Amino acid sequence: MSEPLLKVRGLKIGATVYPPGEKPHDIDIVHGVDFDVQKGKVLGLIGESGAGKSTIGLASMAYGRGGVKITGGEVWVNGRDIMQSGLGDIRKLRGGEVTYVSQSAAASFNPAKKIIDQVVEAAVEQNKFSRKEAEDRARVLFDKLGLPDPQNIGDRFPHQVSGGQLQRCMTALALCPEPDLVVFDEPTTALDVTTQIDVLMAIKEAIRDTGVAALYITHDLAVVAQVSDDIMVLRHGNMVEYGPVDQIINHPQEEYTQALVSVRSIDHEEKAPSGDPVLSVRNITARYKGTQFDVLHNVNVDLYPGQTLAVVGESGSGKSTLARVITGLLPPREGEIEFAGRTLSSDLAGRSPEDLRELQMIYQMADVAMNPRQTVGTIIGRPLEFYFGMKGAEKRKRIIELLDEIELGEDFIDRYPAELSGGQKQRVCIARALAAKPKMIICDEVTSALDPLVADGILKLLLQLQKIEDVAFLFITHDLATVRAISDSIAVMYQGKVQRYGGKNQVLSPPFDDYTDLLLSSVPEMRLGWLEEVIANRKMESAGN
Amino acid sequence: MPLIVKLLAQRIALGLILLLLVSGLIFVGTMILPGDVAQSILGQSATPEALENLRAELGLNDPPLQRYIQWLGGAMTGDLGTALTSGADITASIAKRLSNTLFLAFWAAIIAVPLAIFLGLLAVRFKDRWPDKLISAVTLASISIPEFLIGYVLMYLIAVKLRWFPSVAMINDSMSLGDKLSAIALPVTVLTLVVLAHMMRMTRAAILNVMQSAYIETAELKGLNGFQVIFRHAFPNAIAPIVNVVMLNLAYLVVGVVVIEVVFVYPGMGQYLVDHVSKRDVPVVQACGLIFAAVYIGLNMVADVVAILSNPRLRHPK
Amino acid sequence: MKNIPISAMIGLFFTALYFLAAIFAPLLAPYGMAEVVGDVWEPSRIEIMLGLAPDGVTEANYWLGTDNIGRDLLSRMIYGGRTTIFIATAATILSFTLGSVLGFFAAVAGGWVDQALSRFVDLVMSIPTLIFALVVLSVMPVTVPVLILVMGLLDSTRVYRLARAVAVDIEVMDYVEAARLRGEKTAWIIFREILPNALSPLVAEMGLRFIFMVLFVSTLSFLGLGIQPPEADWGGIVKENKDGIVYGIPAALMPAFAIATLAISVNLVADWVLNRTTSLKGGRG
Repeated sequence: MSEPLLKVRGLKIGATVYPPGEKPHDIDIVHGVDFDVQKGKVLGLIGESGAGKSTIGLASMAYGRGGVKITGGEVWVNGRDIMQSGLGDIRKLRGGEVTYVSQSAAASFNPAKKIIDQVVEAAVEQNKFSRKEAEDRARVLFDKLGLPDPQNIGDRFPHQVSGGQLQRCMTALALCPEPDLVVFDEPTTALDVTTQIDVLMAIKEAIRDTGVAALYITHDLAVVAQVSDDIMVLRHGNMVEYGPVDQIINHPQEEYTQALVSVRSIDHEEKAPSGDPVLSVRNITARYKGTQFDVLHNVNVDLYPGQTLAVVGESGSGKSTLARVITGLLPPREGEIEFAGRTLSSDLAGRSPEDLRELQMIYQMADVAMNPRQTVGTIIGRPLEFYFGMKGAEKRKRIIELLDEIELGEDFIDRYPAELSGGQKQRVCIARALAAKPKMIICDEVTSALDPLVADGILKLLLQLQKIEDVAFLFITHDLATVRAISDSIAVMYQGKVQRYGGKNQVLSPPFDDYTDLLLSSVPEMRLGWLEEVIANRKMESAGN
Repeated sequence: MPLIVKLLAQRIALGLILLLLVSGLIFVGTMILPGDVAQSILGQSATPEALENLRAELGLNDPPLQRYIQWLGGAMTGDLGTALTSGADITASIAKRLSNTLFLAFWAAIIAVPLAIFLGLLAVRFKDRWPDKLISAVTLASISIPEFLIGYVLMYLIAVKLRWFPSVAMINDSMSLGDKLSAIALPVTVLTLVVLAHMMRMTRAAILNVMQSAYIETAELKGLNGFQVIFRHAFPNAIAPIVNVVMLNLAYLVVGVVVIEVVFVYPGMGQYLVDHVSKRDVPVVQACGLIFAAVYIGLNMVADVVAILSNPRLRHPK
Repeated sequence: MKNIPISAMIGLFFTALYFLAAIFAPLLAPYGMAEVVGDVWEPSRIEIMLGLAPDGVTEANYWLGTDNIGRDLLSRMIYGGRTTIFIATAATILSFTLGSVLGFFAAVAGGWVDQALSRFVDLVMSIPTLIFALVVLSVMPVTVPVLILVMGLLDSTRVYRLARAVAVDIEVMDYVEAARLRGEKTAWIIFREILPNALSPLVAEMGLRFIFMVLFVSTLSFLGLGIQPPEADWGGIVKENKDGIVYGIPAALMPAFAIATLAISVNLVADWVLNRTTSLKGGRG
C-alpha cells in the first residue's frame, strides 16, 4: 500500500486549564493514538463529549484551540511531519492541503463579508487558483452541493441564507482550494433532522465526486456509518476500536462499541389507552405576547394515566410552546386544558396548589434547572416541605428513598449541582419532580443534551419509574429514536399544527402523510448503505413527479 | 423605508428627546433649593423690598413652567441669559471658554485615542504575558487615583522638579499655536493618562471578544498570516465596538476636563462652571450643565449611530 | 482562610487598616485636627529619610510635616480619612440599598414598573454624574447629609442597572421557572432563588462603588464644593496645600498616596470576591 495521505503516530495532546480559584495546571486530552487516512478515503472519528475527537481533527492541521497543544507523537501529511514544520509550511498546509468544516457555519463565517469572498479566499491566498478560476470553481461547487441560485448566492452575506445552506457553503469553502484532506467537525449536528439529511447527502456526493479524503468527526455512529470507509472509536482520549466500517457497525469487538451500536434499541411495547385521560388538550391556539402570528393552531391531544405521549417535531414546530401552555406559563388565545377531570385555569396564578403538585416538569438543561446554591437535599426536599409539610427526619428519610429510586446513594444529599455529572444532574431533577407525587410529568427534551449512553440510562430509568409510580409523561423531543424507545402514543407537530396523532404503532406505520414520511425517512439508521438507499429513493420520487 | 434608516431616525430622535428631558431635569434640579436666587445674591441682610424687586426683575415670580419655556426658548436661539453675579452675557462668556475647552480636549483625544488603540492591540497580541500584565497594573493604578491628584503629581515632578513645562496653563488669543501647545502640555498629558487606562482596557476587551469568534479560527485555518487575519477578518467587525469605546471615553474626557482646568487654572468651561457653582450663580450653572450634557449625549449618540451603520445585518437586510 | 490569595490578603489588610484608623482617629492622631502646632509647611521626617528634604534640613518634628497654616499633616490626614471614609461608606450604603432594592423589584415586577424605573434611570445617567452633582450643589447648602444624599442618589442609578441586569439574567433560569411552577411566593423567589446567586457580583460591585465614592467626595472637596473648612478630608487637604506644589512642597501629594492605596486595596478585595463567584462549588470554595 502506498504511503498514506495522513499518518498519525502516538499523538498526545495536552492543555493548560485555568480553573477559577485554583492554580493553572496541565491536563492530557489525548493519550497517544495512531491512525492512517489513505488518499480519497474517509475516516470517521466517533466518541462522546470529551473523547478528544475534535482536538485530534484540528491537530491534523497543527492547530490547537485555546491552550491546547500537541505534546507528543508524529503527524505526517503528504509525507512531511508537520510537527517539525515551520510556521510558513504550516500556513501552506492549512487552507491548501487540509481544510476544515466546523459544526456551526453561522459562527464560522465572517458576518461582515460576502460568502463568495470567504469561499475563494484560501484558494487564492494559497496560489492554487486565480480569483476568477476560484470563483468559477465555487459556483460549480455551490451547484453540486444543491444550493439554490448557485450563480449569485455567493454575493449574499452569511446572515442572508439559512443554516442548512450556510453549512453547505462551508463545505464549498473547504473544497474550493482542491485540498487533499477535509476535516468535517460535526458538520450536521446543529441542524434539524430533515435538513441534516440534505447536507449529509451533499457532503457524501461531494466527497465521492472530488475524490478528496476526509476525517469525519461526530458523536452519531449512524451518521458516520453512512460516509466513512473506516471508523475509529474514541473514549476519554484513548482509542477503543479502529477498523473498517463494516466491522465496527456489524461486528463490534469492544463492549463500548457494542453499547454505542445498540444504543436506543430499548424495546418498549405500546400500552393501550385505559380509563379517562389524565390530560386533555382541547383546541389550543396560542401566540407569544407582542407577536402577530400563532405558534400553535388548534391543537388537540390526550394523555392517559401511566402512559407516555411523545410530542415530536423540529425546531419551530411549537412543541415546547405546547408545554408552556399546559403549565400555565403562556395562557392560550383559545381552547382549554383538562387535567385529572377538571379544567385548569389558563394562567399559572389561577391554579390551585393541588394542580401545581400533580403536574411537574423536567427540563432539557439540568444545569440551569437547579439552583447552584442549593444542595441536592434542599432541591429534592423543597417540594416535600412545600406540598406535604414534611420536616426533619421524615423529610430526610423520603429524600433518601427518592435518591435510591434514581439510583444515587445517600451521600449525594449534601452535594451541590456543580459536583454532579450531566446524567446525575438530570436524575436529581427527576427526583425533584417525583417528590411531588405527580399524576403527570412534562419532559422537555430531557435527554437531548446528554451523550447517547447516558441518555439511554435516563430513558430506562424513566420507564422503570413510570411502572412504579404510575405517572404519565408528556415527552417532548426532536429525536425519533427516543420516541420509539419510550412512547405509547405520538403527536407529530409541524409549524404549530398536529400533523399526525395516534398510538405509536399506528403513527409509525404507513400510509404516511408527506411530512411524517420525510421526517421518518430522514432519521439516520445504524446500517450500511442507508443513505444511498434514501438518495436513490428520493431521486426516483422526484423523477416520478 | 429601509430598517436601517428607520433605526437611525429613531436613535437621533431619541437623542433629541433625551436632550429635551435633560434640560427639564437640569432646570428642576436647580429649583429644589431651600432659599432662592434673589436671597443668595443679596445675602441674609437684604430688605424684603429689595428682594421683592430683584425677584420681579429676574422673573422669579412667574410660574416655573413659564420660566422653563422662556429659558429653553432662549437657549435654543443662542441666548443663555445673563450671569447674576457679573451681569455679563453668558453666551459671549461661554463661546470663548468653550473653544478653549474643546482645544484642550481635542489635543488630549488626538494623543489618547491612537495610543489607547495601539496599546490595546499590544495587550491583545501579548495576552497574559508581561506587556499585558503591565498594562493591567497601570490601569488599576490610574483608575484608583482621582484626576486632580494625577495632575498635581505630574505638576510636582515635571513642572516643579524637572521644569520642562509651566505649571499653570494660561492661554490667550495672542499666543502662537506652539506657545499654546507648550502651555497645555501638562493638562493634555494628565487628561491622556486619565482616559488612556479606560480606553485601553475596553479596546482590549472589544478586540479579544472579536478574536475569540469562530470566524477568526476559520481565517487561521485558511492559512492566512496574523496580519491578514486581523485586517481582513477582525478589523471590520471590531470597528463598531472600538468606536463605541472611543466615544464613551471622549464623553468621559469632557467631564475630566472640568477638574483638570481647575488644577491648571485653564480658562475653559470647567473652570467657569466650578467658579459659578461656588457663587451660586444659577443661570450660568444651568447653561454650562446643559452644554456638558449635550456634548455627552451627542457622543453617546454617535457611538450608537456607528454601531447601527456598521452592522452587516442592518446594512444588507434579507 | 488558607484559600485566600496573597493579593486579596494584602487588600484585606490595608482596607482594614484604613477603616480602623478612621474609627480610632482621635486615639491615633498625635495632635488635634485644627490645632496649629508649628510653622507653615515644615518638612517631614519622611522627606529627610528619603533624602528629598531641602538642603541643610536634617531634623523634623513631624512625620508628614505641617500644612499651609502650620497644622500637623499626619493628624489632618487621619481625621481627613475618617471624614472621607465615613461619607463614602454612608453614600455607598445608600446607593446600594436603594439601587439594588429597586433593581430587583423592577426585574421581578417587569411590565410598566420596570419600564418607568429603567427609563428614568437612563435619563439621569445621560447627564455626567459630576456635572449633575455640581448643578444640584449650586443651589443646595453644602453639608455632610446633603453630600451623602446627592452622591448616594446619583450613584444608585448605576447600582440599579447592575442589580436589574443580574436579576433579569437569573430570572430566566429554569430553576426560577421551576420555583414558579411549584407555586412559590414572590418573596421566596427573590430571597431564596435570586438573591443567593446575585450576591457575589453585587458585593464585588460594592467595592468599586466605594472607591468611586472616595474619588467623588475628594473631587468635590477639592473643587471647594464638598467638606468645608476647618473640617478636614483628603480632597480638602489637597485644596489647602496645592499652592505649595509650585514651591516644591509635596504636602498636597500625601492624600494621593492615601487614596491610591485605599482604592487599590479595595479593588484587590473586590477582584477576589468576583473571581470566587465564578468558581462556584455551591458557594463554599
